[in-house]
Amino acid sequence: MTHTDTAAQTKLEIVPRKSLPIVAVVLVGLVVAITTNRLWAIDFYHVVGGGMWTAIDLFLGFVLGPILGTMSIPSRIELTKRLMPKMVVLMPTLVIMTLAGGFQLARHQGFILSSDKHHGWIVASMIIVGALAVVAIGILEPANIAVLFELRKPNPNGERIGKLMKRFLYTAGITGVLQAGILVIMTRIATL
Amino acid sequence: MSTATMTHGAPSVERKLPPIAQICVVVLASMVIGGVFVAAHLPTHVAMTFPTIMITFAGVLLLVNMVLLSRIPVFAWKSFFKVARWTLLAEGIVAGLLEYIFVFDGTRGSVLLLMSSALTIFVLDLSVLFGFSVAQFQDA
Repeated sequence: MTHTDTAAQTKLEIVPRKSLPIVAVVLVGLVVAITTNRLWAIDFYHVVGGGMWTAIDLFLGFVLGPILGTMSIPSRIELTKRLMPKMVVLMPTLVIMTLAGGFQLARHQGFILSSDKHHGWIVASMIIVGALAVVAIGILEPANIAVLFELRKPNPNGERIGKLMKRFLYTAGITGVLQAGILVIMTRIATL
Repeated sequence: MSTATMTHGAPSVERKLPPIAQICVVVLASMVIGGVFVAAHLPTHVAMTFPTIMITFAGVLLLVNMVLLSRIPVFAWKSFFKVARWTLLAEGIVAGLLEYIFVFDGTRGSVLLLMSSALTIFVLDLSVLFGFSVAQFQDA
């Protein structure tokens, strides 16, 4: 291992700072959309955030996950080092866009009222999103961050990284299945 | 990165630590259950008993977790607080946004108090969870 390798390893950014201004702009836009009650803007945030969240979860769980599982440990680590910091910023932003936008949309369109015909489906989506949140924030994200910190060490523990990555991939698969449930509910609400 | 720097071979012995992460997930789940119950009944009258029980249970578990954490004799506190502080900031912003939405939507009184308590527990719980998840693998 060269000195350059060591430097690159210790410089691994857990949170890519360059992306933070973009996140700030997105969140400010979300607040403006909610404050001004612009239905189009709220819908835009919900659809874009939700679409990306679902697509990324499905892609990670069912496409990239199995591929990653067959890769050699060093290749897996190389991919992890590049992918995970982006996920640390991207996923929470998409989640807050989707949930804040979705709740406002349901409120505006009256879906949240228990008398509304969509209410049952809305509650079902809340339950699935709740389960998604527990799996993603409680299990997947801590594993992701622990892997990144392990990779910053001068001598990362390959076995530990493998174990944490396995946890990451299993939970990504679970969130993928839950996201499929969300797709069913959302398309049902849209056509009811 | 070269593979030569990775430690392979005999399985490493991980330290036996209290189930901090598992308790954090239970806290999170309790709040999600309470939160979904309230959100499912908004904006009409919400029966507060069930969500109050869930949030109180989550709060008590969080305190238990903090006590368990403080009793670990040798721990990478520097790493723990470094991660916990940044998590507190990031999740604090998210919680602030959610609080704003509750207030903006006209949530008031005991429902707002309950949701604010839930958000506070949520932020503290995630700070403990993320801090612990990293620090447990760091040298003290």
